[in-house]
Amino acid sequence: MNALLVVEDVHKRYGKEEVLKGVSFQVEKGETKVIIGPSGTGKSTLLRCINRLTEPDRGRVWLDGVEVTSPKTNINRIRAQIGFVFQDFNLFTHLTALDNVRLGPMRVKGMKKDEATRLAQEELARVGLADKADAYPAELSGGQQQRVSIARALAMNPKLILFDEPTSALDPELIGEVLQVMIKLAQEGMTMVVVTHEMGFARSVADEIIFMEKGVIVEQGPPAQLFSSPKHPRTAEFLRKITELYGGEG
Amino acid sequence: MEFFRQLWEVGRYLPMLLRASTVNLELLGALLVIGFLIGTLVALLQVYGGRFLGTVAYIYEWVFRSVPALVLLFLFYFGPSEFGWYISPFLAASLALGLRSSAYQSQIFRGAIQAIPTGQMLAARALGMSRVQALLHVILPQAFRLAIPGWSNEFSSVVKDTTLAYVVTLNEIMRYAKIIMDRRYDLAMATFIMVALIFLFFTYSGNWLLGQMERRFRIPGLQMPGASGTVL
Amino acid sequence: MTTFYFEWWFLPKLAQGLVLTVEITAACIAFGFVLGVLLALGRVYGPKLISIPCSIYIHFFRGTPLLTQLFIVYFGLPNWGIHLSAFTSGILALGLNTAAYQAEYFRGAIQAVKGGQMLAARSLGMSRIQAIRYVILPQAFRIVIPSWSNELILMLKYSSIVFSISLLDLMGMGKRIAARYFNYFEVFIVVALFYLVLVFLLSQSLRWLERRVRVPGLGAPGLR
Ligand SMILES: Nc1ncnc2c1ncn2[C@@H]1O[C@H](COP(=O)(O)OP(=O)(O)O)[C@@H](O)[C@H]1O
Ligand SMILES: [Mg+2]
Repeated sequence: MNALLVVEDVHKRYGKEEVLKGVSFQVEKGETKVIIGPSGTGKSTLLRCINRLTEPDRGRVWLDGVEVTSPKTNINRIRAQIGFVFQDFNLFTHLTALDNVRLGPMRVKGMKKDEATRLAQEELARVGLADKADAYPAELSGGQQQRVSIARALAMNPKLILFDEPTSALDPELIGEVLQVMIKLAQEGMTMVVVTHEMGFARSVADEIIFMEKGVIVEQGPPAQLFSSPKHPRTAEFLRKITELYGGEG
Repeated sequence: MEFFRQLWEVGRYLPMLLRASTVNLELLGALLVIGFLIGTLVALLQVYGGRFLGTVAYIYEWVFRSVPALVLLFLFYFGPSEFGWYISPFLAASLALGLRSSAYQSQIFRGAIQAIPTGQMLAARALGMSRVQALLHVILPQAFRLAIPGWSNEFSSVVKDTTLAYVVTLNEIMRYAKIIMDRRYDLAMATFIMVALIFLFFTYSGNWLLGQMERRFRIPGLQMPGASGTVL
Repeated sequence: MTTFYFEWWFLPKLAQGLVLTVEITAACIAFGFVLGVLLALGRVYGPKLISIPCSIYIHFFRGTPLLTQLFIVYFGLPNWGIHLSAFTSGILALGLNTAAYQAEYFRGAIQAVKGGQMLAARSLGMSRIQAIRYVILPQAFRIVIPSWSNELILMLKYSSIVFSISLLDLMGMGKRIAARYFNYFEVFIVVALFYLVLVFLLSQSLRWLERRVRVPGLGAPGLR
């Protein structure tokens, strides 16, 4: 198995509702995979099943050859290698930007304080927020908060970062700054799985796009092919709707 | 188990304890009435009383909230007799705990009054009501409804505080429990546990009743700001 | 008021009592804090086997009079072969009592921390305990300060109850002086003033503490 991430036949049900009905895909090292699809389709659930923030009912996940879903695996060790960027940021409210970024390295990886501080400053600089190190989350704009949360994920030196609609909670004028950071990461070779409605980003950055609906992958392929000649009528319809909704391709 | 046998034995004294507990309930009634009337007055003065009376009301509230109940009980019970006036333990306790409760209740009522939109007073005055009429017919009926949850908390704490009147020789439940204990030292634990159980019953049945009352008087759309009640 | 006269000699005695009042309050608050946090954690995060006993404890101590609890500890425990000094009994009873109230405030505060905070902490690879320690509790403690301050002030006043097991705290010392010279009114006016000053100083320091640890975006909406 040489793909960095392998997801195999993942199922998840909440009560009567089967949210994921057997989802499989692979992500190669350095690849950017974009997942699109209507809301309520199970995209967030799928991302959370990958690092078991949500426990899948069935199916298996491997990261770099290690089975994430095995009961013998120390899940905290795995999570430390998978960055997660939330739609609503979830920065730690009581900590400054700098403390947010260095908490993980210090507490999870046992890094020394001055080393973690240096690392955190570097990561903040990487997302263009070196001057906001001492600000509390409430003192930052949404776009800045999301960039700090990306820095927080980066500071763990992850093998893979999962983005769950990272720009959906942002005012339109703040979306660009976050996307720019993500584009830069993709160019630097970071492996990423991104759930998003930003079709412009998907088209220009994704190596492959996955279209999901009602808990299954309907279609996947490189952006050029998927956007210009979708095989499945559902994909075509979704792309038409999303273009109407978000006004062009950004 | 030994303890349950003792509890059973204390059962013999249960009628006596229950009779004594009616004194606690009478004291509770008296102090709640005093607290309610004076508390309402103090709250009204704080909100509408102008600068001087408002300040006096705030100082009153602060003093009675800051001095321990036991100190107030001693002041009201032993104080007058020093000047040659006899005061019964019951009256002293009602006054001490009632005035103290009025300070807490005024805080609850003030919050409730201030939670009522100013438009309500304006609308009442626009109909030609006097300020007093507006208070009586528009503001207070709403404020009292809003105050029920806070008032339930106050109720729960003063129910239990009635036992403090023990220290001014009121013949309430703790005094009788102490008498039982003095006679049968081996039953001390069982006796006080029995008292505790009686109070568990008082506290939770009282809370339940007040919960019922809140539901019964609830009006759609009227709630404290920040409270997460359902608005029908 | 012709009989009103003031005797200065009892002020040092009262000051002595005041020291005991402060000691007992501080000790019972510290004890109640530790136990209260454990009870709250047990109630929020514990399995049923833990959360239900925590819940019963809290309901018992919140539903019964403090004086009864004090007598259970001081007069009752000897029935079970446990003999504690009046000083220890006072701190234990007050501490067990305030633990139940503090637990409820902590529980409210823990539940007021947004759910995403736990998720974010876990996504970094923190264990549940690490997440509670480094993310949830630091926020909960800030949120809880206003209600916790009220509880502290309440305990300062309720600590006067230990005079009933013949401890010479501010209240007990007042009673002893007053009983000897039958000048209850004068003595207890002074005792009341002592408490007023204590409560004032304590509430000011707590306000200072609240300002000190305040963090933007972490208020206590509706939690007063
Ligand atoms: N914790 C949960 N409990 C119950 N139902 C859930 C939970 N999380 C998600 N769901 C349901 O699962 C479905 C898929 O949700 P989600 O994965 O968030 O979809 P998407 O991210 O594609 O919008 C929705 O119908 C949602 O209501
Ligand atoms: Mg989602």
